Amino acid sequence: MNHGVTMRDIVVKLGCEVMAGSEHLDNPVAFGYSSDLLSDVMAKVGLGDVWVTVQTHENIIAVGSITGVSGIIIAGGAAPLPPTVRRANEEGIPLLVTVKPSFEVIGILYHMGIKGRSEK
Amino acid sequence: MYLEYRVDGGDFQASGQAAAGIKRTLRQIGIDAEVARRAAIVTYEAEMNIAIHAYLGTISIEILPERIIIQADDEGPGIADIPAAMQVGYSTATEDIREMGFGAGLGLPNMRRYSDEFEIESQVGVGTSVRAVIILPAKEGN
Ligand SMILES: Nc1ncnc2c1ncn2[C@@H]1O[C@H](COP(=O)(O)OP(=O)(O)O)[C@@H](O)[C@H]1O
Ligand SMILES: [Mg+2]
Repeated sequence: MNHGVTMRDIVVKLGCEVMAGSEHLDNPVAFGYSSDLLSDVMAKVGLGDVWVTVQTHENIIAVGSITGVSGIIIAGGAAPLPPTVRRANEEGIPLLVTVKPSFEVIGILYHMGIKGRSEK
Repeated sequence: MYLEYRVDGGDFQASGQAAAGIKRTLRQIGIDAEVARRAAIVTYEAEMNIAIHAYLGTISIEILPERIIIQADDEGPGIADIPAAMQVGYSTATEDIREMGFGAGLGLPNMRRYSDEFEIESQVGVGTSVRAVIILPAKEGN
């Protein structure tokens, strides 16, 4: 994890919208993980990782907060529900939204030097 | 220290309050981040199982100097075949719930994996009780 990428770098690279947690964009990113199954994320995502999902409901913030992610990217263009945005702000978790599908987002993150946790 | 939360069946939209609460409390009292994370994951899965599968329940958390005890008790349908329910991928969750990303059948396995002691008891038509213990690492210099 010496790529030095922050959530802000990801926002710039993806050209995406920041829906919440904008004061925490300097969070450094450790590794990346992508899954839409919440219990799978619970089991696999690590402290400081960036999480890519298509889920938009409030529980993604609960999962992100419990696991200590550096930020959440909602891929595929669906807008987060208002309670999701509110809770992300409360918990101080950067919440990014992009029209790009998960596959493309992950490819871009990978090119930025962010790897999966099992590759460390 | 003792914390208790009530969890209503069906209330999985806004759930995760107990998990958020325990994580905050553990960090405030200076518990190691990774241990706090494990306790919060166990609590979240327990909370979600009550919200998704049961009618009403409580999560009680006891924080002792050397261990954290997470106890979840509910009134609900119970589990007929506990060994089956403990299998990765086994889930009776409905399609609506799966679409939200729940119901992957990983909750009970996660709870067992992230706790040091894990017990589950259930009576069909009555309810389910889960008890998970997380041993705290001995403090240096004590
Ligand atoms: N508190 C509970 N009350 C009734 N059934 C439960 C409870 N907890 C778990 N179960 C049963 O065990 C199964 C597996 O649980 P779990 O591993 O958490 O997966 P999931 O919640 O994703 O279905 C559930 O689908 C359900 O059938
Ligand atoms: Mg579950």
